[in-house]
Amino acid sequence: MLIAATLAILVVMILAIIRGVIGPTLYDRILAVNMFGTKTVLLISLLGFVMERPQFLDIAIVYALINFISVIGVLRYSDSFAFKQSTHEKESEEP
Amino acid sequence: MEIVIEITSALCLLIGSFLCVSGGVGILRFPDFYTRIHAVGVTDTLGASMILVGLMLQSQESLVVAKLLLILLMTLFINPTATHALAKAAFHNGLMPLLSKRSATDKEP
Repeated sequence: MLIAATLAILVVMILAIIRGVIGPTLYDRILAVNMFGTKTVLLISLLGFVMERPQFLDIAIVYALINFISVIGVLRYSDSFAFKQSTHEKESEEP
Repeated sequence: MEIVIEITSALCLLIGSFLCVSGGVGILRFPDFYTRIHAVGVTDTLGASMILVGLMLQSQESLVVAKLLLILLMTLFINPTATHALAKAAFHNGLMPLLSKRSATDKEP
């Protein structure tokens, strides 16, 4: 059951990477990277149980914190010109 | 008694994996940024917590349970915060939700 859950998480990570590559707007890419980081935390904790190494849980805790800091750090620049430019380009392309 | 715990843990892992895969399909298939946020929210809260509860039931030591509980608490606090900040930034910068054709034509005349 543990190995099946690990494989399911790997499949979800591949799907998130595909959305991150083809995502039409900037926010889709940030969302996909955030989901990829969350799934990485789950994958590390599952791998710790599969390989019977409970030390991996410490790495999972640190990875969860780094993931949050990276998303907030990117959104810190959401007032900048490049972010607003990207959404307006998307709107003008649509019709 | 042990087999009950084993079956409960396997059931939790199965439900968590199903929710994660359905959210992964949703992030590819949904048409809009705001609907994709909904798909990611399902995997980030209920899917992750189900998998972590399933792992908690399987572990023997109390230190491992405490670490898993810490990861669960951080997941439940951090991911809604990040998603909220992302949706707020997108809405402030003028990314409009995708509306249906009929309501768009109703508004125009």
